[in-house]
Amino acid sequence: MQLMKISNWLCEDFFRRDVINVSTAVPNDNLIMERQSSIQVKGGQRKNQLKCDVESIAGCVSQRACVYCGARVVLNPVTDAIHLVHGPIGCASYTWDIRGSLSSGSELYRNSFCTDLKENDIIFGGEKKLARAIDELVEKYESELVFVYSTCVVGVIGDDLEAVCKTAAHKHGIQVLPVQSSGFIGNKSAGYRAACDALLRLIEPPGGARPINSRRPVKSVNYLGDFNLAGEAWIIKDYLKRIGVEVNVVFTGDSNYRDLKKAPEASLNIMQCAGSMSYMARRMEELYSIPSLQISFLGLEDTAASLCKIADFFGEPEMMRRAKELIKEETIAVQPEMERYHEKLAGKKAAIYVGGGFKAISLIKQFREIGINVVMVGTQTGQEEEYQTLHDISDDGTVILDDANPSELERFMTEKGAHLLVGGVKERPLAYKLGVAFIDHNHDRKHPLSGYVGAVNFAREVYSTVCSPVWKYARETGGGLYAAENSELPER
Amino acid sequence: MPRKTANYRNVNENPCNMCMPMGGILPFKGIEEAMVIIHGSQGCSTYMRRHIAEHFNEPIDVGSSSLNEKGTIYGGSQNLFQALDNIRKVYNPRLIGILTSCLAETIGEDVEGMARDYRKKQGLDNFPLVGVPTPGYGGTHSEGYWLALKKMVAALARPTEKHGGINVIVPNLSPADMREIKRILELMDVKYKLLPDISETLDRPIARPYTKIPPGGTRVEAIRCMPGAVATIQFGITVEDNVSPGHYLQSEFGVPLYNLPVPMGVEATDMFVGLLAEITGGSVPGVLKLERGRLLDCMVDSHKYNAQGRGAVFGDPELVCAVVRTCAENGLYPAVVATGSGNSGMKELLDPLLAECGQNVDYLDETDFMRVRTSCRENGVNMAIGHSDGKFLTESEGIPLVRMGFPIHDRVGGQRLLSVGYTGTTNFLDRVTNTLLEHKHKNYRATMYREFYREAGVKKRGCEIR
Ligand code: SF4
Repeated sequence: MQLMKISNWLCEDFFRRDVINVSTAVPNDNLIMERQSSIQVKGGQRKNQLKCDVESIAGCVSQRACVYCGARVVLNPVTDAIHLVHGPIGCASYTWDIRGSLSSGSELYRNSFCTDLKENDIIFGGEKKLARAIDELVEKYESELVFVYSTCVVGVIGDDLEAVCKTAAHKHGIQVLPVQSSGFIGNKSAGYRAACDALLRLIEPPGGARPINSRRPVKSVNYLGDFNLAGEAWIIKDYLKRIGVEVNVVFTGDSNYRDLKKAPEASLNIMQCAGSMSYMARRMEELYSIPSLQISFLGLEDTAASLCKIADFFGEPEMMRRAKELIKEETIAVQPEMERYHEKLAGKKAAIYVGGGFKAISLIKQFREIGINVVMVGTQTGQEEEYQTLHDISDDGTVILDDANPSELERFMTEKGAHLLVGGVKERPLAYKLGVAFIDHNHDRKHPLSGYVGAVNFAREVYSTVCSPVWKYARETGGGLYAAENSELPER
Repeated sequence: MPRKTANYRNVNENPCNMCMPMGGILPFKGIEEAMVIIHGSQGCSTYMRRHIAEHFNEPIDVGSSSLNEKGTIYGGSQNLFQALDNIRKVYNPRLIGILTSCLAETIGEDVEGMARDYRKKQGLDNFPLVGVPTPGYGGTHSEGYWLALKKMVAALARPTEKHGGINVIVPNLSPADMREIKRILELMDVKYKLLPDISETLDRPIARPYTKIPPGGTRVEAIRCMPGAVATIQFGITVEDNVSPGHYLQSEFGVPLYNLPVPMGVEATDMFVGLLAEITGGSVPGVLKLERGRLLDCMVDSHKYNAQGRGAVFGDPELVCAVVRTCAENGLYPAVVATGSGNSGMKELLDPLLAECGQNVDYLDETDFMRVRTSCRENGVNMAIGHSDGKFLTESEGIPLVRMGFPIHDRVGGQRLLSVGYTGTTNFLDRVTNTLLEHKHKNYRATMYREFYREAGVKKRGCEIR
């Protein structure tokens, strides 16, 4: 009897938690004052005035990574390149095979090569060691391309990466590209830029860049900002083929030296991950007159809209007809399953904390497709315009925040009564401990989230966590009955 | 000038270890109400948090002083002070550890001095701030782990009255292992201080309300009174004196030090239990005797299967030694023994033990996985024991891997793996034996067919052979 009562009460408590209104000026019990301008509530201000794209505040336990990380994640999917980290071992260790990027060819990219700098190298400089490392690797592995990433210390001890790479390139007759990614020179976005700079150098035709519009195959596109996690780039390539568009090269999922070299020949750039690739797209437009379209293949709505957008760009009625047909066919195929999930999930509340702004925007739409409202949304590296859009499409009362920390995530998820968080590895245990369901949207996931198959995967994953029976125990009995005993640990 | 040691390399191909501050974080996670900050650029702490979170499946909060270009040029004390302010405000910790990263060390930051300045500035006379210089290039995560412990003891331990307890200092074991060690200590009726104690903090039960710092961990007071103990038992036979907390307690306060191998396997566990009995003058309780008997029974059950194994063991030196000893006791001899640390003395420690096994052992110090892989191939290794990064041995060489140690990031339950004591060893050996058996059963039909079916040129119909 007693037990029944307790669990009933807890059950109601959990599911009927009222939304506590967070006022515009977020109260500051244990929030950090300097962070207030990076947090806002939709409806609180007339327009978006969120502070973003600034450096993290010391001691904030930011969820953000660094410049090197930004560069590494963008370039790593180049499958036949030697990826060499110039620096101490840690950086290379933590990023070894960090992504679930798949390859249809070489597997060389899955190695983590590092100059493994030691005390002596820091004192006397690491240039010679770097040169020897490149020599050794080039001799051992057949590759026409080496990326050399600089890490924190390399920037401080002043190794001339550019010069070493140039000499090595000359010596071996291949391309050796420096990636200027010292950790302290900015945040992850600076790393994206460094990666794009390296890619721009890579694709530059001999003799320098110039618009080469004339010889272009008409319906060939470069697909920017897909890293082929769990085969996503392959899925999209197939869709495009079905509507009559050929993918010239993907940046950088399942790409290789030869294909990347052909990049300037495409007639259009389509861009999925804007955070990492909008700089690239802009530069390619300037250098090679390739226009670009921002698309998104996350969710049914965005996928359909993107396919139409591409067909519309080429202005061919036949292509548009095929696009519409594809959309119809695929939608019909997934509808029954999607509807089932919608039924189960309608009315639940989600929180989003992901890397880039564009992904967050897509996710809000994707959640709506399955009947879920978003009550908190934040990103690590979102840009001003993206936050504007986030603000525009959010419901009143949604908390929007940039560069959040665990303490803020905990607070807003709790206050807003979120049933679900979407995020990366670091956020997962926090959500679980709070009794909040979780779905992965990180680099090393093993299932695709793009396109129609991805939309179903997404919905299925949401369903599998939000509606799992485990919460019945974790939230009610686990947290309730034994809470007092848990906090009283045995004497030491 | 490059060093001319045998292991000096220009390039590391797939690291077998992590950097020093990573190791330094872990012991601070085992101190009650402690927080830790990495003085350096933002990325280091985020990467380490991610790595640790994946292993333990726990929220891992680690501050960063988020050094930027300005801090790098003019010195980072302002950043560090702000970080300390913010961490105190949000987490209200009772102790803060400050580790340095590559960057901070290279620009010459003196964290211990800065900690003193901060204390003075904020009027926090008695607040424990433990600075640990951990340049990423100064050593591996193992050295970082031990150095953090030593600095902690040096910062907190003061002469106290004798209290009859025992200090127990443990390497980077799983929370489940730490619980097992505590259970043995309690069964033996020993008063002890365990350092560090991640048994609850990094394997936290679901409970409400959620607290930002998980309950549990070694109390600050417990470290303060370590000099009053009758003895220190430190599971650290590979630990050098300059980073050994046990050695520090002995040389500064005269606490006798017993450096034991990790209590895994029959002999090492006997050594631990025997020593406890000797120190306390007590006897070994029946429960432990039964568990020992069950371990022996398990070993008898599996020794013949184990004899077919040719092992590769890699990871933190302390754990590698423990695993090799345990396996060898059951007739599973290693062919490759590897660690990313330099100077671990593994060869000297293990050679006498393995002299009898009649098998060549390839010791790889300061190694990377490319060398481990080559050596495994050359030495016909058919099973590997170590952390997750060894998954590439399975992927590329088909060698099955028994996951053990840190980090385990491609499976769940790293925090729940039990491998110490009689019961843990039984558990561990079963995992090893079953992996060997699974491997054998999977390949047996194909292997026999390939080896003995003389008409093998004709493809067997309706059956794909791998
Ligand atoms: S090696 Fe140095 S820069 Fe890299 S993660 Fe470790 S401390 Fe940071």
